[in-house]
Amino acid sequence: MDKILGWIDARFPLTQLWESQWGKYPAPKNFNFWYYFGSLAAMVLVMQIITGIFLTMNYKPDAKYAFDSVEYIMRDVEWGWLIRYMHSTGASAFFVVVYLHMFRGLMYGSYQKPRELLWIFGCLIYLVLMGEAFFGYLLPWGQMSYWGAQVIVNLFSTLPIIGDSLALWIRGDFTISDVTLNRFFAFHVIALPLVLLGLVAAHLTALHEVGSNNPDGIDVKHQPINPETGLPLDMIYSHPYYSIKDLVGVVFFLAIFSAILFFVPEMGGYFLEANNFIPADPLQTPAHIAPVWYFTPYYAILRAVPSFFATQVWGVLLMGAAVMIFFALPWLDRGKVRSIRYRGNLYKGWLAAFVISFIVLGYLGVVPITVWGQFPASWPMLGTADIATVAARVFTVVYFAFFLLMPWYTARDKTKPVPERTT
Amino acid sequence: MNKIATIVAAGLLAFAGIAGAAGGPSLRLDPAPIHRLDAESLQRGARNFVNYCLDCHSMKYLRYERLTDIGLTEQQIEDNLIFGGQRISSPMISAMTAADARAWLGAAPPDLTLEVRIRGADWLYNYLLSFYRDPTTPTGWNNLVFPKVAMPHVLWELSGPTRLVTTSFDNRDRALAASIAVKGLNKLEAGEGGKWNVVSLGADPDTPGTLSQAEYRAWVGDLVNFMDYAAEPMKNRRISLGIMVLLYLSALFTLVYLLKRSIWKRVH
Repeated sequence: MDKILGWIDARFPLTQLWESQWGKYPAPKNFNFWYYFGSLAAMVLVMQIITGIFLTMNYKPDAKYAFDSVEYIMRDVEWGWLIRYMHSTGASAFFVVVYLHMFRGLMYGSYQKPRELLWIFGCLIYLVLMGEAFFGYLLPWGQMSYWGAQVIVNLFSTLPIIGDSLALWIRGDFTISDVTLNRFFAFHVIALPLVLLGLVAAHLTALHEVGSNNPDGIDVKHQPINPETGLPLDMIYSHPYYSIKDLVGVVFFLAIFSAILFFVPEMGGYFLEANNFIPADPLQTPAHIAPVWYFTPYYAILRAVPSFFATQVWGVLLMGAAVMIFFALPWLDRGKVRSIRYRGNLYKGWLAAFVISFIVLGYLGVVPITVWGQFPASWPMLGTADIATVAARVFTVVYFAFFLLMPWYTARDKTKPVPERTT
Repeated sequence: MNKIATIVAAGLLAFAGIAGAAGGPSLRLDPAPIHRLDAESLQRGARNFVNYCLDCHSMKYLRYERLTDIGLTEQQIEDNLIFGGQRISSPMISAMTAADARAWLGAAPPDLTLEVRIRGADWLYNYLLSFYRDPTTPTGWNNLVFPKVAMPHVLWELSGPTRLVTTSFDNRDRALAASIAVKGLNKLEAGEGGKWNVVSLGADPDTPGTLSQAEYRAWVGDLVNFMDYAAEPMKNRRISLGIMVLLYLSALFTLVYLLKRSIWKRVH
């Protein structure tokens, strides 16, 4: 064994790669629950790629056969149903894991210096993932696939001057059609996965260059060396410590994932929508078009913005801004500490407000705007306005205020002293 | 730290709660008697489907031979369920062409393979129990669950021609009490002059169907049970495999967790 390894190492830095990237990569010893989601995201990515490969073996990217081929996979392909449910449940699981991973970054200030680029690679991954999910959602060619894509592509046509030609260029046709399906298939199965893998490599390279942050947000790298381990006092090797700990997380995650996959694969219409079991019909618009749950906070922001100067473009721009603003986070935060453990009440309050607004907006994006009724006509200003629309506007303001007021409240926040060692 | 985890968990639970409450039907639907392991009910449902539904509606994603899933032999399928001389490997396609359907009925009857996944088994069950006589519609039939539906009540010989029964009450409370007391589907609506009406369905005692009320409900129940199977034929396999997978993962979790504890003993 050693002989083979030596032979390879003389020709390819296998041992060096393993040791620098994981085996001898030192990590803080105080990772908690929130630190499982990075490795889980990587695992879900691998699972999506493998199940995706098997799905493409039987799926037909053709408007005539796409819907039928999915049912064929579900019924006639050996284990096809399992592969398809893994892929559809995996899509939602990916976003669950990524949202929790991002929330961890917010809590522990993981985007702060020197991890700005690490954070930006992460934001790019999130952006590409949204594209990947959007393109993939058209492929089953059900009613929701079709009309969801129609709505999203039409957003681009609200842009001034170039809008209509841009939408036409994306679709390759005047409506969503077979041409669109073919190119979305190309984007979904090869273009974006390649970009995604490249970005993940960059994300991991940046991480292993600067080292992981930790729940205390302290710089463990510069601590005195522990003579027993040869590492800074609060650091341990990823292998075997985090290999085995992440494995615990993986098995736990797989149990929840399997419970959904095997017992409620539609997840009450949130992972697989009932309307998407109707083949796409360009002549029949469904009464209620809602995006899949992971896009709904942004959809709620889009709907909350009224049109000014006879154009809807403002909502589209604000929705774009809501995603892009994550990139600016490292430069918005003026806090002297990283972790929420040593931040003051201002940051804690704003983070809580942000999480609540994200969840409420997510809910409002699923339901019709009439869900909470209207304000009584006697109310000044608000009379007869839809309560849900007004609520969506309020929470949109909170969403953006969390970011835009950050330079002010993080600088003013009363922080606690940060310990030298992890707790 | 645990505090934050608790808050997040509570938030997620609350979200699941409101999300679940969204978009409920305005009519209170009776639960459909779905018994996915009851082979006899599924077989009766298949018989009901090929005799009454398949004339107009296809199940193009379900092959006849697949019905061995519900405990039938290929011989039984060929003898009892295939009428048009189709091969056992062919899907269950209606003899009526789409062009004929449009000419005769004005609209092509939808394929029913995935109907339960689109509408839900409860909706379908209540829909099939909710036809009533209505001389104002082109077919002479109307439906409580799906008003002005294009499909006539093809099962009327079994159920008898049901009529709409409207009972008026002076106030909402009494009407609500009566609505709850009525067995089966009914609708509460505001009437004229502050009155409240309970709209329900009643059999015509002069022209009973060939089945009793209870028999007809069971007949429709079998049919919907079969359609639930047809919408996802691998459901039984999915659930039984799921149980095995979860058992395996719990055992694996215990082992991996113990291993983690023993390895982490070295970390101080």
